[in-house]
Amino acid sequence: MNTPTTTIKPKKLFSFTDLKEVWDYRELLYFFTWRDLKVRYKQTFVGVSWAIFQPFITMVVFSLFFGALLKVPSNGVPYPIFVYTGLLFWQFFSTALSDTSNVLITNQAIITKVYFPRLLLPLSTVATKFIDFAVAGVILVGMMIYYGYTPNLIGVLVLPLLLIITFMASVGLGLFLASINVKYRDVRYILPFFIQILLFITPVIYPAGILGKYSWILALNPMMGVIQSARAALLGTTVLNWTLVSISLFATATLLAIGIYTFKKTERYFADII
Amino acid sequence: METIIEVKNIGKKYNINHQRGGYVALRDVLANVFKNPFNFLKNKTREIIGIDKKEEFWALKNVDFEVRRGEVVGIIGRNGAGKSTLLKILSQITPPTTGEIKINGKVGSLLEVGTGFHPELTGRENIFLNGAILGMKKKEIINKFDEIVEFANIEKFLDTPVKYYSSGMYVRLAFSVAAHMEPDILIIDEVLAVGDSEFQKKCLGKMEDITKKEGRTILFVSHNMSTIKQLCTRSILLSKGNVKMVGNTDEVVDFYLNDKTNTKENAQEIPLDAVLGKSGVRFTHIKISNDEGNSNFESGDKLKIELDYESDLVEEIKEVRVVISILNKRSQQIVLRLDSDIPNQTISENMPTKGKILCETESMNLGEGSYVLDVDFLIGGTSVNYVRGLGQFEVETNLEKYDFKKYPDVSVCDTVIGYQFK
Repeated sequence: MNTPTTTIKPKKLFSFTDLKEVWDYRELLYFFTWRDLKVRYKQTFVGVSWAIFQPFITMVVFSLFFGALLKVPSNGVPYPIFVYTGLLFWQFFSTALSDTSNVLITNQAIITKVYFPRLLLPLSTVATKFIDFAVAGVILVGMMIYYGYTPNLIGVLVLPLLLIITFMASVGLGLFLASINVKYRDVRYILPFFIQILLFITPVIYPAGILGKYSWILALNPMMGVIQSARAALLGTTVLNWTLVSISLFATATLLAIGIYTFKKTERYFADII
Repeated sequence: METIIEVKNIGKKYNINHQRGGYVALRDVLANVFKNPFNFLKNKTREIIGIDKKEEFWALKNVDFEVRRGEVVGIIGRNGAGKSTLLKILSQITPPTTGEIKINGKVGSLLEVGTGFHPELTGRENIFLNGAILGMKKKEIINKFDEIVEFANIEKFLDTPVKYYSSGMYVRLAFSVAAHMEPDILIIDEVLAVGDSEFQKKCLGKMEDITKKEGRTILFVSHNMSTIKQLCTRSILLSKGNVKMVGNTDEVVDFYLNDKTNTKENAQEIPLDAVLGKSGVRFTHIKISNDEGNSNFESGDKLKIELDYESDLVEEIKEVRVVISILNKRSQQIVLRLDSDIPNQTISENMPTKGKILCETESMNLGEGSYVLDVDFLIGGTSVNYVRGLGQFEVETNLEKYDFKKYPDVSVCDTVIGYQFK
């Protein structure tokens, strides 16, 4: 029988064994994700349709006020489908952030009693958002048929990449917020406000080109590249801008690195102070 | 036999301010920066160049020992000796500050039963979730599923959310999952201190099975000397974060029970977080000691409780009544209630806004186990501060005093006295 040898030492900041460990514990990652999904919709009346309800109603309201009344430009596509494409990715990102920032606190009973790679908790939280995305995506497909849009091939191929960027950006920023939240519970109060501000500096309700030649500043916000590219890919609003995608990717990688670094740094003591 | 756990020079340091209070509010940190920017900078530099005088506390220091495969090792020691910290380090919940541990095998830790149970999920779902959290593979759980259900005896309620379970069912299911994981090394912290005595027996039986039949290694922490004697072959005595003695369980336990060397300084004093109870009166400090002035309680000791309080009130406090309840931690039953509102009590009608309440009991035949205090402070018949679990103390039974030849099962009773059958 081969027995694994474990060595327990004062924690180093980061090593690649951490990643291997996450892989070894992938079953637990699955169970955490499964638990979150299961619990979320238990005892709710309409269940998983909540995942549709929220972006859908937001889309209707936005279309009414920003589209019909304020006449916000939408690159020549009908405003509802324009804003819904943006909302779909935005919901993924914003709900992932607010859930992840609390994940260590809601799971403190497990954290202080049993060992597993702590990274699993934020990862599983963000992973549940894929399901919501898929469910809400059904509406988008319906709208595309209704308005008569067919995505081009590159568009379909680039979507997974955009989803991965969104996932990494959420995990990166989420890890950062979750770590701070262990020590400073202020995060809980700052975050809703922060997300609201973020919504306005992300081109969800308006097209990215609105800032003219200063648009590149906004591109540092990874979600801008994602949303603009998604619109380009699915609705053909603009030509797919690979520079923009690269900037997003780069910004996301930076976010992820900062997130993991902070998380690893606080991981050493969160069982002691949580 | 081969060495399965090798602990070398383990130390764990806490900063006192980490320990107390838990988290800090950003507001306080920022306020501190702006109020005394120079002080802040000075402290920060000190911290960085390492001459900071932050209060440090070593929960464990220079701990060395080895455990061989198939051994059952007990870890004993007084409150605050570092037992729980050691278990937390061994189960990788918190990393050590110094030293290294080598473990050859899969570790399962059981610091609590039912870790990760979710009340909304059904029994079936929780078996899988809890199993996975404890480190079992999905396949293993499927293989053991029937056994787990049978041991817990909950077939009928398998698809009911566990929030509808009785506490007995809940604990049975939780223990059952834990008992069926198959690590090479099992680390157990007083989980047996829950549930009724019948359930405790079942757990003990299962633990004996695990070690004797399956040859697993167990590390076991308990305050219960009879359980330690019954289960463990070897024991480690911790004292103030150091290993005081390692050896044969009988020797270590006897040494521990007769050890009176460190009595004087060992009186149980707990500084209390001022946050406890905001309603006018706060408890700042509690000290529990026996008639010799220390906190190595034995059955038959007198108890002396000193409780410091302070309040925001400007005038003297009138019509004070203090009620102290002593509860058995295992059964959560009240063993004794000390109420100042009965005739002939010396608590004064008018008390200063800040002071000490003293209560001394007569000789108490408390049985072996852990006890906690609940304190209720009333002014004019209204409770102004009620705190549960304010202080905790451990009582041991010195058998010679009662002329018992061997341990009767005192661990399940609240009291112990000498007796004779005729």
